[in-house]
Amino acid sequence: MSVSTSPLTWRDQNIRLRRLEAEAIFILREAVAEFANPVMLYSIGKDSSAMLHLALKAFAPARPPFPLLHVDTTWKFREMIAFRDETAARLGMDLLVHVNEEGLKRGVSPVVSGSSLHTQVMKTEALRQALEKHRFDVAFGGARRDEEKSRAKERIFSHRSASHAWDPRNQRPELWRVFNTRIRPGESMRVFPLSNWTEFDVWDYIRAEEIPVVPLYFAKERPVVTRDGALIVVDDNRLPLEDGETPQMMRVRFRTLGCYPLTGAIRSDADTLDAVIAEMRSAASSERQGRVIDRDEAASMERKKREGYF
Amino acid sequence: MSPSTLQAPEIAMRPALRFITCGSVDDGKSTLIGRLLYERQLILDDQLSALERDSRRHGTAGEGVDFSLLLDGLEAEREQGITIDVAYRYFATARRSFIVADTPGHEQYTRNMVTGASNADLAVLLVDARKGLLDQTRRHAIIAAMLGIRHMVLAVNKIDLVDFDRAVFERIVAAFNDFAATLGFRTITAIPLSARFGDNVAERSQRTPWYAGPPLIDLLEQIDVEDDRSGKPFRMPVQWVNRPDASFRGFCGTIVSGAVKAGDEIVVLPSGRVTTVKEVLAPGADGKAETGDSVTLTLTEETDVARGDMLAAPRARPQVADQFAAHIVWMSPEALLPGRSYLMKVNHNSVLATVTDLKHRVDIQTLARLAAKTLSLNEVGVCNLSVARPIAVDAYADNRDTGGFVLIDRYSNETVAAGMIDFALRRATNIHRHAYTVNKAFRTALMHHKPAVLWFTGLPGSGKSTIANLVESGLHARGAHTMLLDGDNVRHGLNNDLGFTEADRVENIRRVAEVAKLMTEAGLIVLCSFISPFAAERRLAREMVQTGEFIEIFVDTPLEMCIVRDPKGLYRRALAGEIANFTGIGQPYERPEVPELHLLTPDRDPAQLAQDVIDELIRMKIL
Repeated sequence: MSVSTSPLTWRDQNIRLRRLEAEAIFILREAVAEFANPVMLYSIGKDSSAMLHLALKAFAPARPPFPLLHVDTTWKFREMIAFRDETAARLGMDLLVHVNEEGLKRGVSPVVSGSSLHTQVMKTEALRQALEKHRFDVAFGGARRDEEKSRAKERIFSHRSASHAWDPRNQRPELWRVFNTRIRPGESMRVFPLSNWTEFDVWDYIRAEEIPVVPLYFAKERPVVTRDGALIVVDDNRLPLEDGETPQMMRVRFRTLGCYPLTGAIRSDADTLDAVIAEMRSAASSERQGRVIDRDEAASMERKKREGYF
Repeated sequence: MSPSTLQAPEIAMRPALRFITCGSVDDGKSTLIGRLLYERQLILDDQLSALERDSRRHGTAGEGVDFSLLLDGLEAEREQGITIDVAYRYFATARRSFIVADTPGHEQYTRNMVTGASNADLAVLLVDARKGLLDQTRRHAIIAAMLGIRHMVLAVNKIDLVDFDRAVFERIVAAFNDFAATLGFRTITAIPLSARFGDNVAERSQRTPWYAGPPLIDLLEQIDVEDDRSGKPFRMPVQWVNRPDASFRGFCGTIVSGAVKAGDEIVVLPSGRVTTVKEVLAPGADGKAETGDSVTLTLTEETDVARGDMLAAPRARPQVADQFAAHIVWMSPEALLPGRSYLMKVNHNSVLATVTDLKHRVDIQTLARLAAKTLSLNEVGVCNLSVARPIAVDAYADNRDTGGFVLIDRYSNETVAAGMIDFALRRATNIHRHAYTVNKAFRTALMHHKPAVLWFTGLPGSGKSTIANLVESGLHARGAHTMLLDGDNVRHGLNNDLGFTEADRVENIRRVAEVAKLMTEAGLIVLCSFISPFAAERRLAREMVQTGEFIEIFVDTPLEMCIVRDPKGLYRRALAGEIANFTGIGQPYERPEVPELHLLTPDRDPAQLAQDVIDELIRMKIL
């Protein structure tokens, strides 16, 4: 077989990203080889999009040997849900959607319960329910170490007790690319293929590989109310408006996606991938700034993770 | 950073530089990283305001911003003001991207420093200019060298606190060069700096006019750390076999050295089968792939290849052996016990492994060799290991990926050691078993029973030997060929060099198990009566013989009753403190979880219990 002389691709020019791609594929394969019942946590955002794309590459020509799991709080942007369903159908992936029905019945929501309780019940508890229901022993997540300080300390293969707890003070040493995947019955592992990626890397990869992402990442006129300095897009009529509060049309986009009442938009004109990347590189604040849930209390992420949050 | 920096060829053409900061506690590791990020305006607004808030609450820098709080991300770390675990930070300048692991300085967290070093190509070792080289400085230099880091930056920090004195700097550098001469670093660069005030971090400092070298960031941007793995022979440990249907069989893995293309001849190890690459499938691959790529290979002929095999260049093969010499760093609070079996993870194999010979411990402050029978937390040793089946490996010095391994405790599942293979032991490959005409089956055919090991375990004074004696009498009366091994006939001869420490108890049982195994090959029913307090060793004995041949008999007598019986007067002496390491008093007894037979002695007399054992042997069709 002769080696053809095809034109250079991005992989010939961006060794840095090529190595990150290879590392993520390695991690995905390792977990699938070592565990009986894997699942991929699919949160619909850009990181999930990149991770899913990597999974398609890792297991080609086979389809990735695991389903996608979306823990739905019922407060995601409508465009996210549409994108989720379209993506799963397009790729032929099994999609499991789990809602904490118990929490819904109790009336937990971001607008009446506050972000802390809502996150605890509709995300953390819901995730635990879903993992237990299907007896998944390993779950992929799209978290990156550069997102947040306690994530920076977390292993790529992160052990969880039978009650899904993370013990940050007693993590297994993780050397080279040799991962200790041993667990006891009932315990599980969270695995983060994008651990060593930065926000820039994810966007570079999305551009290089032309990976579809939710349109909310691109600027558009959207109805916005301003609360505590955060620009909240009114995605449906469930958001109670205060007296005299009327949504203004503003040209905004999102750097990070979550439950719409808890996710701040940024004013922006960036309506293409190139413009988004250019804007991010000149930005003066981090992507998590738009997340109301992280600011609630110091060390909030570490506490949530110890309780089983991703 | 300007918007276009990440597309600039210079930054994209090299993988991120992975480095660690290390050195003694309070020498300013975390502060230095914080300063690096700050100097390059890489701390974003919301992160800086969070940092200012945290500094007021937990900071140790007085009025100023405490940069270490950027990295000490765990609550316990901020409360205690120390680094416990490795933190990874990602940053890029216009010229290069970096992944830095901030490692703990405290000796008790050495294992976390080892973790950070395992993936790093360069170490920034901090020294407090006022204190000079400390024990921990030397430890970290030695660990960095041992883990294969070849580029060392000696950061002489807090130079402001010695009035930017050139003589102090030069004294420290001379002492370090002297110490590090044998450690095999390819480059050592010393920089006088102040992490707190930024001297020689991003810019040459006006306050050290006598220093002609580059500031730290320039050095990190420029240094070449490539170890040229791409020029070495092809290696790919097989990670996963992709078989979506009968028509496709692909072998997945990451190329850890060399390159591969369609048409290349390769060898599959350990089987030694030589075959040819048909296709190279990988993201963007065009029939070929290089070091660092994760690929899927198909082969021209149907070949038996599984996870854990290695694909390699046929003319430059890795070593295949079941015994190795290796350096290990012990990472568990429970000491290493030579003879105990651990799970070794290496090149996608999980294989049972035993430290057969701990040659010496390495003093990681002086490199002196110390005699040792065991290794404790954070200690380093040189040993021989034996694994359950042959595997393909390289020397760690040649390839960190194919020469590095971890040991895992089979009960707790904890990672207990990091290991680096020095070389395969030739004797493993040179001792070929002679195929004798008379084998176990022939010998067994002459008996009227099957061979077996009856393993009696229980506390001292529980009645093991009494029952074993009655069982042997019963077996003998039935015409069975038996042998009884117990502490009395073994400890006085075969094992008279062993005491009663944990390590010696493990070795005692290992030897007994080997002897019992040989006797089953002679066709005998072997009765072993040993306290054997550790589940791990009982399991080792079980795994030595064939499935169904090992019958674990738990002689279960409550401790209080054993103390009352005390046939040899040993409990009395142990309780008086005259005997150390006495099982049940000074040393734990791990109760068998699922023995074949569980004899509750208080309920029945020994003759009845012995009959129970014989009945069970009949039921199991051994008799």
